[in-house]
Amino acid sequence: MTGRDLLPIAAFAAVAATLPLFVTAGTWLNFAVFTLIICLAAQGWNILGGYGGQYSFGHAAFFGTAAYATAILQVRYGVNPYPAFAVGVAAAGVVGWVIGLLSFRSGLRGSYFALVTLAFAEVFRVLANASEWTGGAAGILIRLDVRPENFQFASRATFYWVALALVVAALVVTRALERSRLGAQLVAVRENENAARALGVDALGVKLAAIALSAMITGAAGALYAQYFLYLDANIAYGTWISVEALLAPIIGGAGTVFGPVFGGIVLHSLSEFTKTLVGRIPGLDLVIFGVLLILVVRFPPREIPGLLKLWRRR
Amino acid sequence: MSFLTVEAVSKRFGGLLAVSDASFEVAEGSITGLIGPNGAGKTTLFAIVSGFERPTGGRVLWRGAEITGRPPHLLARDGIARTFQIVQPFAGLSVRENIAVGAFLRHKRRAEAIALAERVAERVGLARDLDKPAAALTVAGRKRVELAKALATEPKLLLLDEVLAGLNPSEVRDIVPVVRAIRDSGITVLMIEHVMQAVMNLCETVHVLAQGRIIAGGTPAEVVRNPAVVEAYLGHGAATRLQASDDRRADEPGGLNRPPQGDAHA
Repeated sequence: MTGRDLLPIAAFAAVAATLPLFVTAGTWLNFAVFTLIICLAAQGWNILGGYGGQYSFGHAAFFGTAAYATAILQVRYGVNPYPAFAVGVAAAGVVGWVIGLLSFRSGLRGSYFALVTLAFAEVFRVLANASEWTGGAAGILIRLDVRPENFQFASRATFYWVALALVVAALVVTRALERSRLGAQLVAVRENENAARALGVDALGVKLAAIALSAMITGAAGALYAQYFLYLDANIAYGTWISVEALLAPIIGGAGTVFGPVFGGIVLHSLSEFTKTLVGRIPGLDLVIFGVLLILVVRFPPREIPGLLKLWRRR
Repeated sequence: MSFLTVEAVSKRFGGLLAVSDASFEVAEGSITGLIGPNGAGKTTLFAIVSGFERPTGGRVLWRGAEITGRPPHLLARDGIARTFQIVQPFAGLSVRENIAVGAFLRHKRRAEAIALAERVAERVGLARDLDKPAAALTVAGRKRVELAKALATEPKLLLLDEVLAGLNPSEVRDIVPVVRAIRDSGITVLMIEHVMQAVMNLCETVHVLAQGRIIAGGTPAEVVRNPAVVEAYLGHGAATRLQASDDRRADEPGGLNRPPQGDAHA
């Protein structure tokens, strides 16, 4: 990885970091933080789905595991949120690795892999909803105690910067992966698994490394979510909504590219927010408009915009 | 200690015995051919040697150690590389990145892998196509990519599954010296081939597989005269008819390299 590889990421970080200087309204910062959390979850999905070609429909399993681990460690065992956050991320990685081992070892690919991941996430959701330990259907509340050493900040802007730092870190990790042997082998497995094996690629090992890394990044989004909203229940943590968000953003923004998930996440959330403000009073109409816009976006993907710019620059 | 030994290998798919008790050896530094009519089991035998299929019986020895059933990625590490009859490019990647996947096997750093990929591309005549997407190449170009990817793993033994199939005669002429240069650089080659002109040109030793069995082995000249081989290709009774026409042609200029004439084609 060279300086040139990191330049676009540094530029993005610099521009994005100035946002709270212009936008001070709580709702807008709230929106920005939420969008960044989704972007982070999507960046995780992008490692396995975009670079590895293994389309997971169950990234909620990783999001939720890290979120619950972070919350439960604080609430039930009095652990400081920072180590709790780290344990949450690690737990998501372990869950990812185990789900990967079970499905990749039995040779599941394509829609079968997607279905199995979806099933795992649903099982977790049902279990979390039923268990006392996770707070059951009532959910789990992290006690409000606003101190920086407690990973709770008085200003939303601080939280925005923390979320942005994690997104930028994930961008750097993705770029490093792209430049590494693991990344090249992962893409080779996506393109043609048997050809990759013939060239000495340990396809199972590569996919397991990818799903673990992918799960950890999406897990970081989950842990951040828990820490920001200070409340979780099974339908938030393990709900299908986050699995869909995590895969929609990279697919719209460009799966298998460094900026794809962030770009897609921002476009997607701006669209959904825009439709909400467009039709305030009629319930449900915003979703209809959002659906139509979504179809348009998928039909004319914005990921072609960077491509078009590149073409234009070359001329 | 022999280089590669295939010992009494059999492979059964349900009721079909694809390879039956096949044994042969490949000498270090040679170009060895594996020929046979369509459906003889050549590709299955290749799949077994390269670890993609596990044989039902028999074993494969690589420099004295048994490697039967070892997965392909470990065999690649041990120095056995293969190409596929139906080319398997990483379609979305450039030629450079395609070859680099092979080069990454022994070079962890990207810069080294890319440099090796470019050197290999030079060797197989792809230097000008490095930036093209692999999917954009002609059949001949994709065959070269297939060859280059395998070479980039820096193998000791290269298994070529019909690299010449589907090429026109001038493309075949272009690639024959490439294969010879690979051998001259110290890589042993075992090739499945249908293009007899190339087999006669390149191989020192040829093994003939028909209906899953090895029916002959020897130099190309010996093998094509073997009645069992002629019959396997052309049908029962062909050998005697051919022999009659060969006896006539052997006295003429060009000798046996000219195609037989008359009813021998039947």
